[in-house]
Amino acid sequence: MRVLLIEDEPNITEALRFVLSRDGWLVDTHADGATALRAIADKAPQVIVLDVMLPNRSGFEILRDLRAQGSSVPVLMLTARGQQRDRDLAQAAGATAFMTKPFSNADIVAALRALRPSDAPRVSP
Amino acid sequence: MAFNTLVSVCFLYACFLFAVAFWAEKRAERGRLGWLRSPLVYTLSLSVYCTAWTFYGAVGYAARSGLEFATIYIGPTLVMVGWWWILRKLVRIGRTHKITSVADLISSRYGKSTALGVIVTLFAVIGTTPYIALQLQSVTQAFGVFASAAPEGFGRVDSEATGLYVAGGLALFTILFGTRNLDANERHHGVVIAIALEAVVKLVALLGVGIFTVWGVAGGFGDVMGRIEASGFATLDLMPSRMIGLTFLAAAAFLTLPRMFQVLVVENADERHLYTAAWAFPLYVMLMSLFVLPIAVVGLQHFGAGANPDMFVLTLPLDFDRNALAMLSFLGGFSSATSMVIVAAIALSTMVSNHIVLPVWLSLTRDEGDRLREPGDLRALVLMARRLSILGVLALGYLYFQLSGGSGALAAIGLVSFSGVAQVLPAMLGGIFWRGATRTGALAGLVAGFAIWAYTLFLPSFGEGAVMGAQMLAQGPFGITALRPQALFGLAGIDPVVHAVIWSMLVNTGLFVAVSLVSFPDPIERMQGAQFVNVFDHSTAARSDVADGIAAEDLLVLSQRILGPVSAQDLFQRAAAAQGNAGYLPDPTRDFLAELERELAGSVGAATAHAMLAQITGGTVVSVEDLMAVAGETAQIMEYSAQLEAKSAELARTARALRQANEKLTLLSIQKDGFLSQISHELRTPMTSIRAFSEILREGDIEAAARARYAGIIHTEAQRLTRLLDDLLDLSVLESGTVRLNWGRCNLHDVIERAVQAALGGERATGVTVQRAAMSEHVALETDADRLAQVFINLVSNAAKYCNAPAATLRIATRKHVDAAGVDWIEVDFIDNGQGIAGADQAVIFEKFSRAGETVRAGGAGLGLAICREIMSNLGGTISYVPGQGGAAFRVALPRLRHDRGRR
Repeated sequence: MRVLLIEDEPNITEALRFVLSRDGWLVDTHADGATALRAIADKAPQVIVLDVMLPNRSGFEILRDLRAQGSSVPVLMLTARGQQRDRDLAQAAGATAFMTKPFSNADIVAALRALRPSDAPRVSP
Repeated sequence: MAFNTLVSVCFLYACFLFAVAFWAEKRAERGRLGWLRSPLVYTLSLSVYCTAWTFYGAVGYAARSGLEFATIYIGPTLVMVGWWWILRKLVRIGRTHKITSVADLISSRYGKSTALGVIVTLFAVIGTTPYIALQLQSVTQAFGVFASAAPEGFGRVDSEATGLYVAGGLALFTILFGTRNLDANERHHGVVIAIALEAVVKLVALLGVGIFTVWGVAGGFGDVMGRIEASGFATLDLMPSRMIGLTFLAAAAFLTLPRMFQVLVVENADERHLYTAAWAFPLYVMLMSLFVLPIAVVGLQHFGAGANPDMFVLTLPLDFDRNALAMLSFLGGFSSATSMVIVAAIALSTMVSNHIVLPVWLSLTRDEGDRLREPGDLRALVLMARRLSILGVLALGYLYFQLSGGSGALAAIGLVSFSGVAQVLPAMLGGIFWRGATRTGALAGLVAGFAIWAYTLFLPSFGEGAVMGAQMLAQGPFGITALRPQALFGLAGIDPVVHAVIWSMLVNTGLFVAVSLVSFPDPIERMQGAQFVNVFDHSTAARSDVADGIAAEDLLVLSQRILGPVSAQDLFQRAAAAQGNAGYLPDPTRDFLAELERELAGSVGAATAHAMLAQITGGTVVSVEDLMAVAGETAQIMEYSAQLEAKSAELARTARALRQANEKLTLLSIQKDGFLSQISHELRTPMTSIRAFSEILREGDIEAAARARYAGIIHTEAQRLTRLLDDLLDLSVLESGTVRLNWGRCNLHDVIERAVQAALGGERATGVTVQRAAMSEHVALETDADRLAQVFINLVSNAAKYCNAPAATLRIATRKHVDAAGVDWIEVDFIDNGQGIAGADQAVIFEKFSRAGETVRAGGAGLGLAICREIMSNLGGTISYVPGQGGAAFRVALPRLRHDRGRR
């Protein structure tokens, strides 16, 4: 399972890489807003973790464009501003889940597990 | 013809007049005046000029004096044709100022003088009473003619009783139709119609008798002309002086006779009617005079010299047994007499009640405390005064008629009256054409003129021995021949009437002019004078001169008593509505008071109305002080309006300021939201790392190298948090201006040295090369060295962080300069050789949380330059970005000495 972390704070990226790798994810990272969409296309992750406040481009805009391109990949949005307005904006932009920094490692692991699409077609018993 | 028939016809005619008057009043009440107020009716109503004196007396006059009778017609004709503009001005003044009578005109013009009103009223009564007596006499004589023509049916005709009945009947008619309504402006429609009708009867009767005389008695027009030639009328010696004097008298009387003023001015419904009357009335008068001479000549020849020529118009048809024509002629004479008496009685009663009764009543009740609220309807009082005045006037006329015993020719009495009322002429004409005319002048002229008239004409007219003894007439009082009544100062040998007219008018006019020239009009007079003389300039602007601060309710109470509740309430309601007030009480503004005074003046005369309002308002006299107060008030209003304008401008300014403040607040609010959200972000970001790594560490099972690395990250992020909080607190203190600065003397070189050491420390190997010009840095400063160092540290560390040139160099340059205000300034430039700051970012780098480019390397929250800006502001200096220096260039400028801060 591939997850793409789009986050500009290197320390946070490092922490998440550690935690998610331990949970079995293949973790790719990207730190710049302007080139985020290309990174998504390149890495073709099953799940995306997207920060709002990125250099050069806001996470909301990236998500809107992604959804406009027809992608339905699950996206977990992270924000440090923690306001209701951000939650609404995220929902409107097409976020699948939303978390406010700081978060506990267990929460984000659980959230990403919930977003993980079933890896194999279910066989009826 | 039976006496009963005559009485019956008379009675029926009177009934008919009553009916016509009643019908006209009803029509007027319904507002359907139509032709009732046509120029024709106005012209016919002017025929009250032609009284019984004209109807009967003209023939007698012609029989005695030949063509001289024509002067009585030439006078008014001249006025109508040649001087109608005087009438127009009178009419305009009368309508504008709601003038009710000649006395009112004079009183109003000369400062609403009560004294003048009383005097003119008295003169008018004295001058008119004989005239009324004359009318009574003519009617009685006419009855007498019928009695002597047909003695068998009449029995004994008691002339006194006839006179009494006639007077009584006229009083009844006049009271019924003359005092139906109070406001003269509402006019007496019934009376005017009745009079117009009588005018027609007069004319038809006289023309009828004339035609009968010329073609029935004489042999046609040629025959009559021949008879006139033969009679010697043509050769009768006409005295030019008397002709001129009489023409003048008739013209003057036409303007000043109370009854003429009543129909000309007061009853005038439309100024334009004058244009018709200007030719129609002379035509009427000409028709009236057409057959006078033929009737006189034929009558004289028919009856002989002994007959009374005054009655020829009756006796001629009677003698030829033309009873119907005689009847018509009688009715014509009756009409002439009654119309004159009715109008004269109305005019006089208005004067008497307005200028004598009401002022007396007002002065009697003046001291009785709450005089206007006392029970009793003022309107009823005014009406009663009018009615009593009518009775009084007619009683006086009857008394005179009885006392004089029918003595003297009709014409003689008429001329005496004419010259009496003509005394008003100088004051009247002077008043409407000469602003310099004053009350004192008018008073002097009137009194003197009237005294001379009485002395030289009126008293002697009673006959020798009646009032003046024969000796006095012949030799003067106490034998002083210069004072002989009919030959004053030796002016003997001319006609007594002309003599009286010359002396009275001369002295009257002379005194009027002379005294006016030497006396000064008071303010009201001045204003009234200006309004009268320039009436065409401001016809609508009759002003009232009463002070403010009056209870509108008092005014309403007063007005209800005078105008009647319905009219008064209507007037007040209209005025209130015009002012935008609901209900019945308008503000007693000057305009409203002026209007009210005019309305009241229509009922009780200008002087009385003025006095009444003045009673309420407290100021009976308008003094110079009052005028000054008016002027002051105007000035106050203007000042007030200027203040209002200033206030409104101020309000606009305040509104603009508020709008700006609001915009600023909105902006601040947005900025605050942004700030909080930024702080949240800046706090949560390091906390996220700290929490994540601390959880990882807590779970254990991590190799030692990683553990050390993660603990290091936690430590760094915790420091970052602390720094952020320190910066925030620092900024907050600097922004609020509550920062404590440690002012002291220091050397700029030391400060820079300290900053460079602090910012670069041991990292010199990794970082920038600092180039300095140490010599120029040795400047003595008065400032807070720690704060200044904080700024420098920020700038040096920024250069170290952001300058990405291969061989990063920071040049620190210092220079001094003195500005235009003579202040010593120190400027320190920090210029690195990096890529600099992009143009768009230059504008925002000093704002909070702004970071040009990437955040991570900076490691700050983006508050550094914001803090620098606040520090410099507190130190009285500035920090700015200097573009175009090849790299990032910041300039710190500050005054060298503390007391110069804030002067740039």
